[in-house]
Amino acid sequence: MSKNKERLLSLIALVVLAFAINFAEKNLDNYTLRILNLGAIYTTLGVSLNLIFGFTGQFSLGHAGFMAIGAYTTSLFIMPPMYKEMSFIIEPLIWPLSVIQLPFVVALLLGGVLAAVAAIIIGLPVLRLRGDYLGIATLGFAEIIRVVSNNIPQVTNGALGLKGIPGYSNLWWTVGFAVLTIFVIKRLIASSYGRALMAIRENEIAAEAMGVNLTYHKVMSFTVSAFFAGIGGGLLASLLTTIDPRAFMFVMTFNVLIVVVIGGLGSITGTVMAAFLFNFFLEYLRPLEQGFNIGPLAFPEIPGLRMVTFSLLLLIVIIFKQDGLLGEIEFTWKGFFSFFDRFRSAEGGKM
Amino acid sequence: MLRVEDLHVHYGGIHALKGINFEVPAQKIVTLIGANGAGKSTTLRTICGLVDKSQGSIYYEDKDINDFDTRQRTIGGLVMVPEGRRIFPNLTVYENLKLGAFKRNDTDGIKKDLKWVYELFPRLEERLQQKGGTLSGGEQQMLAVARALMSKPRLLLMDEPSLGLAPLLVQEIFEIIEEINSQGTTILLIEQNAYAALKVADYAYVLETGQIIIEGPGDELLQNDEVKKAYLGG
Repeated sequence: MSKNKERLLSLIALVVLAFAINFAEKNLDNYTLRILNLGAIYTTLGVSLNLIFGFTGQFSLGHAGFMAIGAYTTSLFIMPPMYKEMSFIIEPLIWPLSVIQLPFVVALLLGGVLAAVAAIIIGLPVLRLRGDYLGIATLGFAEIIRVVSNNIPQVTNGALGLKGIPGYSNLWWTVGFAVLTIFVIKRLIASSYGRALMAIRENEIAAEAMGVNLTYHKVMSFTVSAFFAGIGGGLLASLLTTIDPRAFMFVMTFNVLIVVVIGGLGSITGTVMAAFLFNFFLEYLRPLEQGFNIGPLAFPEIPGLRMVTFSLLLLIVIIFKQDGLLGEIEFTWKGFFSFFDRFRSAEGGKM
Repeated sequence: MLRVEDLHVHYGGIHALKGINFEVPAQKIVTLIGANGAGKSTTLRTICGLVDKSQGSIYYEDKDINDFDTRQRTIGGLVMVPEGRRIFPNLTVYENLKLGAFKRNDTDGIKKDLKWVYELFPRLEERLQQKGGTLSGGEQQMLAVARALMSKPRLLLMDEPSLGLAPLLVQEIFEIIEEINSQGTTILLIEQNAYAALKVADYAYVLETGQIIIEGPGDELLQNDEVKKAYLGG
C-alpha cells in the first residue's frame, strides 16, 4: 500500500473520529463522557510514559510529578482572577499569577513546557542511574513536587488545593491531544532518533559503541515524555475542576504504569486500548466494592477492591503475558486490511 | 595506526594490566592472544574508552585519545565488535544494521556499504526483517560484525569473535575477517582460539597476567615452542 493511500486513510479516520466526538458530545450523558475523557487523558499519559519506559527502557516513576506541574500551571493560568482571590484564603496568590488569565490551549502548552523544563533539570543528573535506582530517584522527584506543592500556599494554595478550575476539558480537547501525542511519539519512534532510543533500551554499551549519545537521547526522550505528561495533567485538572497535592501521589503514576504494562511496553496501540479499558473497568467494577454474593458466600463491602483486582490483573500479565495485550503488534492500515482479507477468504472457504 | 605505550589498568586493588606496549600498523591484522584473565578484554575496553586506564597512553593515528569518550572514538573510526555479540535482540536485522550507520549522513555510502555487507553475509540479507534475538549464535556474531562495518571503521576491534561458535562457523568468521582486512580495514583481534587467530594475523602478542611475554609475526608464533605448549595443545 502506498504512503499516500495510507495518509488518506488516516485522514478519513480522523474525520470519522471527529464525527464520533461530535455525536458523543451531543448525545451521551455526563457520566459516560467523563469515562471517555479519562480514557483519552490516560492515553496521553500512557503513550508518553511508554516513550521513556517502553521504548527507551528507562524505568521512570516520576509521571505524577510532571502531571502535577502541568496541572497546577494550567489551572493557575485559566482560573479567573476573581476565583483565585476567593479560593486563596490562607495566603493570597503572588503577583503576577493573581492577575493573569490565559486561553486554555496556551495554558496547557505552558504546563507542558514547564514539565519539560523540569525533566531536563532532573533528567541530566538522574538519567545516569539505571534500573531500580532510576525508578527510586524519579519517584523521589515526584514526591518532592507533591510536598513542595503542599508547602507553598502562596502559589498552590497548599493542602486546600485549587477549586473552581474552569471545566474546559471535553472530548475535543482530550481526544485531540491524545491524537497529537500518538502522532508525535509515533513519528519520533519511526525516525533514527527512535532507533537510537530502542538501541539504548536493548543494550547501552552497544548503543554507545555505535555512536549513540546516551545522555542526550535519554534526556530528550524523558523531556518529550514529561511534556505530554504535563499536558495530560492540565487536561485532567480542567476535567475534574479541582486539584490538590494528594491527587498526585504515587497511585497516580501507578495507574498510568498499569495502563502501560497491560497495554504492552513498546506498543502504542496496546496502550490506547488499555487506557480506555482501564477507565471502563474502574467504573464497571464498582459493584465489587458494594458487597456481593457468590452462591451462599456473602462478601461484605470492601473499599479498594477494584485496585486489588487491577493489581491481580497486573500480576497475571507480568507472569503470563509479559508483552501486554498486543505485544509489539501495532495498528497499521496494511495489517487492518490483511485482517479483513483473511476474514473474507475464510468466508469464501466455507462456501 | 594504533600505538599503546606503558598501559596500566587497575580494577580496585587488582593490577589487571602491568604496563603493556604494542602497535597496530595500518592495513594489518594484529592479534592479542592469552588465557582467561590475561587482560585481553581489558586492553580492548581501555582502547575503546569503556575502562579507565591508570597510567600510560594510547595513540590513534598519532593522536593521544585520552580525552575522547567511547562515542567520539567510534566517530573517529575506532569501532568495537563487543564480546558476547551484544546485538539489539528486539530490533530487526535491518534496524541493527541501520544503527551501525547511526553517525553517518552519506545516504549513498550507507547504501553501498549495506550492499557490501549483504555480499559478505548473504544469510543476513535473507533475514532482514527478523528480530536479531531470533538469529542463531553464528548469525548473531555475523550481525555484530556487519553492524560494526556499517559504521565505516578504520580500525576494527574484535573481542572473541569465535566465542561459542561451531568449528565450521569459526572458520567462516575468520575468512570474513581476512576479507574485511583485504578491503582496507585494520583489525585488532582478541582471541582465545590461538590457532585460528595466529593463522590470520600479521603480527601477534601473547598476553599473560597483564604483561606481554612473547611477540612476533603470526606464523612464527605458530612454530614457537612456548606458545605451542601453552596455547596450541603441544
